Amino acid sequence: MATFSNETTFLLGRLNWDAIPKEPIVWATFVVVALGGIALLAALTRYRLWGWLWREWFTSVDHKKIGIMYIILALIMFLRGFADAVMMRLQQVWAFGGSEGYLNAHHYDQIFTAHGVIMIFFVAMPFITGLMNYVVPLQIGARDVSFPFLNNFSFWMTVGGAVITMASLFLGEFAQTGWLAFPPLSGIGYSPWVGVDYYIWGLQVAGVGTTLSGINLLVTILKMRAPGMTMMRMPIFTWTSFCANILIVASFPVLTMTLILLTLDRYVGTNFFTNDLGGNPMMYINLIWIWGHPEVYILILPLFGVFSEVTSTFSGKRLFGYSSMVYATVCITVLSYLVWLHHFFTMGSGASVNSFFGITTMIISIPTGAKLFNWLFTMYRGRIRYELPMMWTVAFMLTFVVGGMTGVLLAVPPADFVLHNSLFLIAHFHNVIIGGVLFGLFAAINFWWPKAFGFKLDVFWGKVSFWFWVVGFWVAFMPLYILGLMGVTRRLRVFDDPDLRIWFAIAAFGAVLIAAGIAAMFVQFGVSILRRNRPDYRDVSGDPWDGRTLEWATSSPPPAYNFAFNPISHGLDTWWEMKRAGAVRPTGGYMPIHMPKNTGTGVILAALATVCGMALVWYVWWLAALSFLGIIAVSIAHTFNYHRDYYIPVSEIEATEDARTRQLAQGV
Amino acid sequence: MTDIRKFARLPWLVLLIPLAACKAEVLAPAGDVAARQRDLLVISTLLMLLIIVPVMVLTVVFARRYRERNKDADYRPDWDHSTKLEFVIWAAPLLIIITLGALTWVGTHLLDPYRPLDRISADRPLTEAHRPLPVQVVAMDWKWLFIYPEQGIASVNELAVPVDRPVEFTLTSTSVMNAFYIPAMAGMIYAMPGMETKLNGVFNHPGEYKGIASHYSGHGFSGMHFKAHATDEAGFAAWIEKARAAGGTLDRPRYLELEAPSENVPPMSFAEVDPQLFQRIVNMCVEPGKICMAEMMALDAQGGTGLAGTMNVTRLTYDKDQRRGTRAPVLGWEPFQVASFCTPEDSALMFGQSPELARAPLDTAPLRGHALVPPKGPFAPSQDNAVTLLDPTEGRARNF
Repeated sequence: MATFSNETTFLLGRLNWDAIPKEPIVWATFVVVALGGIALLAALTRYRLWGWLWREWFTSVDHKKIGIMYIILALIMFLRGFADAVMMRLQQVWAFGGSEGYLNAHHYDQIFTAHGVIMIFFVAMPFITGLMNYVVPLQIGARDVSFPFLNNFSFWMTVGGAVITMASLFLGEFAQTGWLAFPPLSGIGYSPWVGVDYYIWGLQVAGVGTTLSGINLLVTILKMRAPGMTMMRMPIFTWTSFCANILIVASFPVLTMTLILLTLDRYVGTNFFTNDLGGNPMMYINLIWIWGHPEVYILILPLFGVFSEVTSTFSGKRLFGYSSMVYATVCITVLSYLVWLHHFFTMGSGASVNSFFGITTMIISIPTGAKLFNWLFTMYRGRIRYELPMMWTVAFMLTFVVGGMTGVLLAVPPADFVLHNSLFLIAHFHNVIIGGVLFGLFAAINFWWPKAFGFKLDVFWGKVSFWFWVVGFWVAFMPLYILGLMGVTRRLRVFDDPDLRIWFAIAAFGAVLIAAGIAAMFVQFGVSILRRNRPDYRDVSGDPWDGRTLEWATSSPPPAYNFAFNPISHGLDTWWEMKRAGAVRPTGGYMPIHMPKNTGTGVILAALATVCGMALVWYVWWLAALSFLGIIAVSIAHTFNYHRDYYIPVSEIEATEDARTRQLAQGV
Repeated sequence: MTDIRKFARLPWLVLLIPLAACKAEVLAPAGDVAARQRDLLVISTLLMLLIIVPVMVLTVVFARRYRERNKDADYRPDWDHSTKLEFVIWAAPLLIIITLGALTWVGTHLLDPYRPLDRISADRPLTEAHRPLPVQVVAMDWKWLFIYPEQGIASVNELAVPVDRPVEFTLTSTSVMNAFYIPAMAGMIYAMPGMETKLNGVFNHPGEYKGIASHYSGHGFSGMHFKAHATDEAGFAAWIEKARAAGGTLDRPRYLELEAPSENVPPMSFAEVDPQLFQRIVNMCVEPGKICMAEMMALDAQGGTGLAGTMNVTRLTYDKDQRRGTRAPVLGWEPFQVASFCTPEDSALMFGQSPELARAPLDTAPLRGHALVPPKGPFAPSQDNAVTLLDPTEGRARNF
């Protein structure tokens, strides 16, 4: 265990030399990250990219650029989260027969906590937020989100949270509590040093971003839809995003509040969740899951939308049962608030309470099942083109049903009593999160990449990645189902029973396959970028897949203003109908377009919030106060910025649109 | 499309699961409760396979049949609705879930860990002769303490119980949350500080089984497991005798030493135990001079102690190490505790007032939960069987 001291000095709080980890693994990581970072900074300086990055990307309020930045953040954090996963797999194969493995408890416990926190908050969330940011305004025919500055600010707050979380790797420690930091273990008595504080402030800073971006997208969908696009004409991805954002807005404040109560316990000695003096740790567990279960649906719902879009596009067919799909989504949204207790049937609630929550959980599988059937019958009597997004979708359908089945199994309380907290549970939620969320994100990346960058992704490397991922997933997680049935609990560091080892070895091999899948994905990106100008990669039409919704109506990549004219919707699948009706793209009569101006305030505010978070972690009170005052001052100053918008002149629109006209003519 | 054919092979991996059954304690348990939980697990799985298998088959069939190159297949780009089909796709899962829901309701009530057993095994009903063996379990950092109140002994990281005798575990924890789990015997239940949970189970086959902590509880978590011996009555008596012969007393001072964090603790035993110890652990008043929670709640129930109560605190001097939840927060007060009013006699009286637990009915046929109100009117039952399942904790103060 690391040596630490909570003695504070005025200048540095409790930060001192002991805060630097002594473990060689951390040191090696630090060297690699530092060298990589220096190389990146040097390259940016060498090629004079700083100004461009700042002007065109960091300060951009364009929803498309922010969406792409979110996804880049998610990909970077994904590598960290996956590295944690590999370390756990290695430790669990290693630590048999009296061996302690290569990780001590202090380090290993941080790794599984960080893995969960990073994968959920800094991989899955930015991934889906980025996706919704990019696609939703295009699908509803809008030019940007409702609050473009807020969007930029939200993104940088998410980055701030990620920075705080990553800082714990090289300065101090991360929480050793599991990803939801249950008290009393996460209280000051049992986690006295900075780990849980990193967790709290990392999530709080990122949580501001998530909540605000949820509000933003919600308002965007409600208020910025193209004329004629009623709620029941919205593309299904927009519908699922809408529901996911309702969930975000309704559940993230619960997380924020719960963490605030935990913070008060840790910082000022209140007794909300302590053992003594009237505190009740069970309250925390209820509250955190009241956020935590809707969170699961926040992650999966948008991807259900992706699968719907992909299935219908590549089957060349309308989505089967659009309205039942919408009702199913709404059902799931409502029901997701009525199931939280299934995460702790074993706490000893009465049988009636347990069966209530067990049965509500099962009821969720009805709309989910209906969705699955709808995809199935969308394929039925279709003409399915097996492009990469469709391959991911079929893989999802076959993988997800198994995860769904084990999920319903765990919802039966007596079955949960023997499987709760076991590796069976771990296998179950990786089955739905990898098989559902990640496969969906890969489908989405392959699907919308041509829209975002103007060229398709390489198919060969995409298939290599696909097969390594799908096979790797099954090899990595089937053994965990089996281990769970053998009564093996999660979060164990060392094992006695040598018979378990073979299963951990198979799982580790699966992780290697997945690593190959990830590598192939990055190769796919690289190869495609290098070959972007080849005719078979290039997307000049703006509609490479024969799409159905409005985002395919504009060019790839879309101009800053998305659409020269506001599209008008006359039904579902607006673009498909337009194509069918032979609608002609207008090539004149443009009007100036009102657009928001870039601003650096979001970056500055988020940077101050990050500093404030770090100062609070380390008890550097003067810095915390100063940065907090800074946040207030900058926010007020920003309200005096009256130069927030501009008009794109007709000449510029004409130039852009004429270029597209020429491009389309060449492409035909 | 070879890709599609490869997809078709994936579900077969599921069939690998039975290969592991030889060691899978969850699937081949040694106790009736775990066996019934296993049965429910298997039945639920089969029920769901009724719909999962057709979905997977249909996915593969449709994925193959409607591929682009198969021009023979029907193609209807505008076909997007069929009331009949939509009815079926909502109704089929609904029917499965209704069945599963009914199973769940009954199963959850029958296998409620708080519910005293109603049978020893499938073919052996419970008789008056089967008096349950009470065992008090304390999750500590990082070891398990078992107190046998009837035998007056205690053991650490070793449990022995007679075969075919119901065991009634009463659980709590000293510091953080944990979960108590003997996979071969019965499901798990949380052990939480300042709270008491219950678990009823039985072993039907003699043997040595593993017992684990199944809720992460900090650094020493991996080493926090124990052996559970299921023996015949003679073996159990011998085990008790051995513990008695080994000597040692687990009184309050010894307990405070024991609860200091330690890892990978070898089994040990105590010939004598303070009979109030477990209640004091639950009430978080093992250390001298500290008020018991029950006492504080009783005072508060009478309106509290007013201003005097704010004076009745003492500085927390005991155990300043970080495993007792007593660290000073950076901006808060020094940790304090509320001082006890009770005399030892009061405490003895208070701890003595624990009424007998209600037994489960032997006839579970008209099983009904507390939450269900019996129907009125023509659907009213011919005889009053509204509550045949007794809530074990009914009429019983939680801790005493």
